[in-house]
Amino acid sequence: MNILIAILVLGVIAALFGALLGYASVRFHVEGDPIVEQLDALLPQTQCGQCGYPGCKPYAEAVANGEAINKCAPGGEDTIKKIADLLGVDVQPIDENHEQDDTSQSNRPKVAFIIEEDCIGCTKCIQACPVDAILGAAKQMHTILIDECTGCDLCVAPCPVDCIEMRPTPDTIQNWQWDLNKIAVKQVD
Amino acid sequence: MESIIERINQGKFWHFHGGIHPPEQKTKTSSKPIKQLSLPKRLVLPLQQHIGRQGDLLVKVGDKILKGQALTQSSNPMAVPVHAPTSGTISAIKKSVIAHPSGLSELCLFIDVDGEDTWKKREICQDFTKLSHQQIIKKIADAGIAGMGGAGFPTHIKVNTKPEINFLIINAAECEPYITADDLLMCEQSTAIVDGIKILDQLLNPAFILIAIEDNKPQAIKALQQATINHDKIKVCVLPTKYPTGGEKQLIKILTGKEVNSGTLPVNSGIVVQNVATCFAISDAVINDIPLIRRVITLTGNALSRPQNVWALLGTQVSYLLEQAGFVSEVSETTPTLNSSQPSPPVIMGGPLMGFSILNEQVPIVKTSNCILAPSKVEMPSAFDNNSNEVECIRCGQCADVCPSQLLPQELQWSAKAKDHQQLMQLNLFDCIDCGACAYVCPSQIPLVQYYRVAKAEIRQQQQLDIKAEKAKARFEARKLRLEQEKLARQEKHQKAAAARKATMNKKSSDGGTANSAVAAALARVKAKKSAENNGTELLATSSDKPKDNEQAANSPVKAAIARAKAKRLAKEKNTETSVTSNEMQDDNQQTEKSQVKAAIARAKAKRLAKEKNTESSVTSNEVQDDNQQTEKLQVKAAIARAKAKRLAKEKNTETSVISNEVQDDNQQTEKLQVKAAIARAKAKRLAKKQTPETSVTSDQEQIQTPPVANDETHDNIVDDKKIRIAAAIAKAKAKKVQKQQSSTVTNTLSKKSIQEKNNESIINTTTAAEEKKARIAAAVAKAKAKHRKMDEVQEASTTNSKEST
Repeated sequence: MNILIAILVLGVIAALFGALLGYASVRFHVEGDPIVEQLDALLPQTQCGQCGYPGCKPYAEAVANGEAINKCAPGGEDTIKKIADLLGVDVQPIDENHEQDDTSQSNRPKVAFIIEEDCIGCTKCIQACPVDAILGAAKQMHTILIDECTGCDLCVAPCPVDCIEMRPTPDTIQNWQWDLNKIAVKQVD
Repeated sequence: MESIIERINQGKFWHFHGGIHPPEQKTKTSSKPIKQLSLPKRLVLPLQQHIGRQGDLLVKVGDKILKGQALTQSSNPMAVPVHAPTSGTISAIKKSVIAHPSGLSELCLFIDVDGEDTWKKREICQDFTKLSHQQIIKKIADAGIAGMGGAGFPTHIKVNTKPEINFLIINAAECEPYITADDLLMCEQSTAIVDGIKILDQLLNPAFILIAIEDNKPQAIKALQQATINHDKIKVCVLPTKYPTGGEKQLIKILTGKEVNSGTLPVNSGIVVQNVATCFAISDAVINDIPLIRRVITLTGNALSRPQNVWALLGTQVSYLLEQAGFVSEVSETTPTLNSSQPSPPVIMGGPLMGFSILNEQVPIVKTSNCILAPSKVEMPSAFDNNSNEVECIRCGQCADVCPSQLLPQELQWSAKAKDHQQLMQLNLFDCIDCGACAYVCPSQIPLVQYYRVAKAEIRQQQQLDIKAEKAKARFEARKLRLEQEKLARQEKHQKAAAARKATMNKKSSDGGTANSAVAAALARVKAKKSAENNGTELLATSSDKPKDNEQAANSPVKAAIARAKAKRLAKEKNTETSVTSNEMQDDNQQTEKSQVKAAIARAKAKRLAKEKNTESSVTSNEVQDDNQQTEKLQVKAAIARAKAKRLAKEKNTETSVISNEVQDDNQQTEKLQVKAAIARAKAKRLAKKQTPETSVTSDQEQIQTPPVANDETHDNIVDDKKIRIAAAIAKAKAKKVQKQQSSTVTNTLSKKSIQEKNNESIINTTTAAEEKKARIAAAVAKAKAKHRKMDEVQEASTTNSKEST
């Protein structure tokens, strides 16, 4: 009799929790993979494809599925650190295949620039631009929307006449950074 | 609120946290009156002198401007216009170094001062109380008044508020050492300031107006008290001297005991704070119609022999002011400029605590500049020392004691050094007012404010980057979506087209004849159009009938031939129009088949020659030719024709060349064109040799006929067309020569001439255009090739390198 009661009680409890879990899984169902969204938010969104994936979101998905975290060249060490924090893995040095070519140069953000007198209007760069930042039409001169350009470099290679180059963004009052040449404030009397 | 006023009346005030008491150093300038400077030779006026946006230029280089004239305007509410500080000429509009710690260049107006100081037309307002709210605000906005305390917030926005205002606080604290500009202004212009306050009173209608002034300015206090003696609403509050009492939030705390929450504006608590110099500017603008073109600026420091407050026109360069104040540079005498970007003796714009050293003495005075400090080496040694004397933080906590915003400076400093932006935000970095009190008390000489400024700029930039990344993401996704949609649309289109094709195929199988004829009719139409384009001069009505005939007849050469026969009959009837008819003949032939075009040209010539000689034999031969065309067994008939032609030739020796041409025509119509043409040519040549007078004509015709034969082999439409046209033009030219020699049918010659010219022109045009295009394409190809070669080389180099390394 005691055994029966024990079995009954445990059975009831099991059924109860089972129902609870079942309800919870329906009630709190999550569409999609939240980790992908979080990873995507950490990536710099240049959509440059230097990681080998066609854009930041695909790379985020790949990382969520176990791809190496050190392939984002525009993001650099910072991004790797953040991804490592998020995923709870070790920080890796940036993959040498995916390093920026011009680390020696200043780290100013760059944007593409079309030398307009050389442009033949082939539209190849327009097709290559992941963020539609190039304006132009067939046999018409093209130009870059500087504010939209992410500096991903993808338009440079397709140009048949080499009229696109990457130029650092100009220094303005708005994006100027203080350097630590301090202002004297010390008083001596 | 009553209790607040009671406390103020009793002379009791609250206290803000922290604060410091640096040596005031105000006596250097406070005892001297404000000096009027002579006009400088040149003014440099930055377009943007305030927070917000710059306006659009109203003037151009070379314009004469009058004092007080607006130089920029904008519909943007955050934009504030700038005005001409004196009369003169705009000598340049270009980028120049501005009063900003970065030493960066911004767009500036360069004004050559004419020295006459001619005012624009002014409208002096006798009684501002009659002005409406909007009128006053418009006057303030048009006068270009921005907060003159330091930040430069557009005043017309600050005073145009909806919520009820309890307190209007006039900030006359001027707590920073050295600066006495507001102090002197209050002493000398107290009535004007009180007028400005009354205007603000009218606009904002606050319950109380409090003038906050530190107790180290006894003369100014006296002047203000006298000026406000008849105004119960205005209270002069004398505050104990402490730095930074002049901070907006600190001042509110002292006077009302209220804390302005982080991230909110004082106006939300019913408080508006205005600088005392701004009040003066408002009164000047509303009453005297003087825009903001000058301000009081303190020139001080031990490096100046005559430190004094001066009325400086906006745009006056610092070098001019220093010169006026007797600048004695200690360093430049001993060590001539070490590097050109940094002036060897330091000059600080603003006070010693919140100012910044300017990198270039050419920078102009703007609306927010209130002090130029040129310290001596004894006075401020660290300003001369580019190396930082910073040592490790000893955790003494003095910085936290003096911080007026109750922040934790040393924690902020560590986070700023570690670039931990999240932590900085948690520590409320953006509540820091950059007062510099922490750096002032720091025994380790850590330039704390500098770290905060850097961190703030970095965080702002990071925020901008985040916004940009978000935008890029959105654009990328929008593009992906668009490409997807385009792909789908394309597929759909292809499917539709395929379905349509299938449907027509089915239809064709049911009644194929009609479909065939429809296609043929379409082809005929296209050909008709082409021929019409080629020949611009169709005079006869028959020619217009012909395309119709062709449409009806579709691809039946039989009917075309009938049409030709008709045309010929007309030609017989009218001898003078023969050449025209021959053109029509050409048309017909082009409509039927391209190879026939050349034949027609040849035929036309032959006919012309025949007509010139007025013999009937040629006509009969033509008829024979037509008969030949009508039949399908062309080769056989061609042979017959040849035979006939030969017979005729024998009969009449003079006409042989013509007949031989006709023979050639027939041959061309057959499929073995080249062979027969060659034979015919050979024959013609032989005959021509026999007949010496007509040699030139026959040889000409030979030349004409050779290119079309070659063309028949290639079926590229465009090239053919062009070549045909060229050939036709040449043929016509030659025919004309012949005609001229024989001097017959003058009218025809004229008409032909025009045709020929037209054709020639078009050919030349097309060739030149084509050549240009070719050259450009060639250039592009060359570039592309060069690039490829370069890439190859690079690849090779890399491979060789890797090989070497391995």
